[in-house]
Amino acid sequence: MSALLEVRDLVKTFGVGDAATRVLRGLSLTLEAGEMAALLGPSGSGKSTLLTILGTLMKPSSGGYTMLGQDLIAAQDSELTAFRNLHIGFVFQFHNLLPDFTALENVIFPTAVREGRETPSARARGRDLLVRMGLEERINFPSVKLSGGQKQRVAVARALMNGPELVLADEPTGNLDRVSAMQVMDLIAQINREEGTTFLISTHDEKIADLCRRRIVVGDGLVTG
Amino acid sequence: MLYALKIATRYLTASKAQTALLVLGVAVGVFIFIFMSALIGGLAEFILARTVGDLSHITIEAEAVDPAILISPEGHVLAVVEKARVRTASLADAETFVPLIAGVAGVNAVSPQITGAGFMTRGAQVSQVGVTGVEPGLESAILDLDGYMVQGTARLGAGLVVLGQKLADDLALRLGQTVRLQSSGGVASVLTLSGIYATGNGRMDESSVFVSLSTARTLFALPQGVTRIEIKLRDLNAADTTALRIRALTGLDAVPWTDGAAQLMEALDAQAQTGYFLKTFALITIVIGVASALLLSTYRRRPEIGIMRAMGAGRGFVIFVFVTQGALIGLMGGLSGAALGYSALLPFPTRDAFRAGTLPLDITQGSYGLAIALTVIGAIAASILPARAAARVDPVTAIGQ
Repeated sequence: MSALLEVRDLVKTFGVGDAATRVLRGLSLTLEAGEMAALLGPSGSGKSTLLTILGTLMKPSSGGYTMLGQDLIAAQDSELTAFRNLHIGFVFQFHNLLPDFTALENVIFPTAVREGRETPSARARGRDLLVRMGLEERINFPSVKLSGGQKQRVAVARALMNGPELVLADEPTGNLDRVSAMQVMDLIAQINREEGTTFLISTHDEKIADLCRRRIVVGDGLVTG
Repeated sequence: MLYALKIATRYLTASKAQTALLVLGVAVGVFIFIFMSALIGGLAEFILARTVGDLSHITIEAEAVDPAILISPEGHVLAVVEKARVRTASLADAETFVPLIAGVAGVNAVSPQITGAGFMTRGAQVSQVGVTGVEPGLESAILDLDGYMVQGTARLGAGLVVLGQKLADDLALRLGQTVRLQSSGGVASVLTLSGIYATGNGRMDESSVFVSLSTARTLFALPQGVTRIEIKLRDLNAADTTALRIRALTGLDAVPWTDGAAQLMEALDAQAQTGYFLKTFALITIVIGVASALLLSTYRRRPEIGIMRAMGAGRGFVIFVFVTQGALIGLMGGLSGAALGYSALLPFPTRDAFRAGTLPLDITQGSYGLAIALTVIGAIAASILPARAAARVDPVTAIGQ
């Protein structure tokens, strides 16, 4: 396996002066392509901040970050937006679907926003993904009418829509019951195995972490294990 | 950007009641704009029709010849011929000029006239009158004499006279009776009253009489030419330019009606300015309404904007979504308001049928296209601030909300 991404000496400080809080204190990490890694650590350890920086939604105070050979620290906002759209997928704890859109419309959003319209090929891929998620009967359902587990599976499908190399999942099962949580994790594991998509999953749940092949433990702003 | 249009449309249709209220608010603003345009424009038309409608739009008068003077070899003025009481100046070549003037673009009618002062006598009653001699057939070319007739006919012929109601009452004249008319030059004729008019203009109704051009020639001893040419235009607002054209064409001193109507023009201008203010306020209301509604929408949709940004939507895309919403609201409100305004103006009489006591609303002056265009532009301008606010949403904090 080759390195998909590499961060070096990441520092992230929020606030200034006496109110300054250093969340990441020189964290370094490498993720190989095709990995399925669990990101573990207590609340406030910096897991979410690390995911946000890896997702190019936030820049670190200092340190280096390269992914697919690109220096993402030096990139402009518009370049990061385009990069994120093509190479990174997100799954949030609270699904974060667009409420006024159907399941299919939510899934194809990343492609449609890039191409400027909903192409037939995007719709076809979106349907395939929803079928794969077991949601063939919910394709044109308004997203607000889906159950929690269904919404999270739609969110996973949306994260995979553009065939990203990396999917960042922040407590993807934290808001689901055990059965739904395991369904979602089984899907993630299947996609990782079959398509080689790299997953970095932030979780507090040891059972979820057990499904991952690698554990990355973060504590006090550093990788501790 | 089709996709941004779809999202904008979806956002608007997702909150149907809110969007309907917003569009209604914009439509009311547009309705006020159109109503004010029709009212101000109609009022101006009405005032002009009432004040200038029966007047000549362009007048050419014979220029008085300067009095002759006798100058000594040293250059001193020794004698000056006193100005005659009887006007003798005439437009001798009127017959040549009239067809030329009639051919000028925008000219509706040309009426060569002989005018002068005289006395009308019946028994012991004597009234000083202004006499206008017009060509038979052109009685209503300038003043709508036919429209003001209360008795008899406006048709003029040899030995006939048409005069005002007040004058007829003063002289106790009835149709068919004769009356003596003596010009200021001392020539008298006995004429038969063929028609009585009432314009509502007291001075005119008591001191203006109309005779045929041939009768006037006799009265004012003017065997050829005329003293005045009155010209009516299709558009009285074109008087200045048309007068210039006639001057260039004939060399005569064509005077537009606006030359003696500075106060009226100022009043109309002030009225128009008031209209502009009211219409501007209506537009400002629209802009504030759209801006506040979209700002609220931006705040409410912050998490969604954050998700879009996280999924790869650029700032430009987000701006386009919100500006498109503004444009759609402006377009829908503009079209609805224009339709509402047009429907509301339909029951009112047309500009040709304005009557005293009714609102002179001119449906043709609603400025519908302008109202829609300005509303769309205003709504787009109003959406820029909310759109920029939306584009600045930080996805990390927005998603965390």
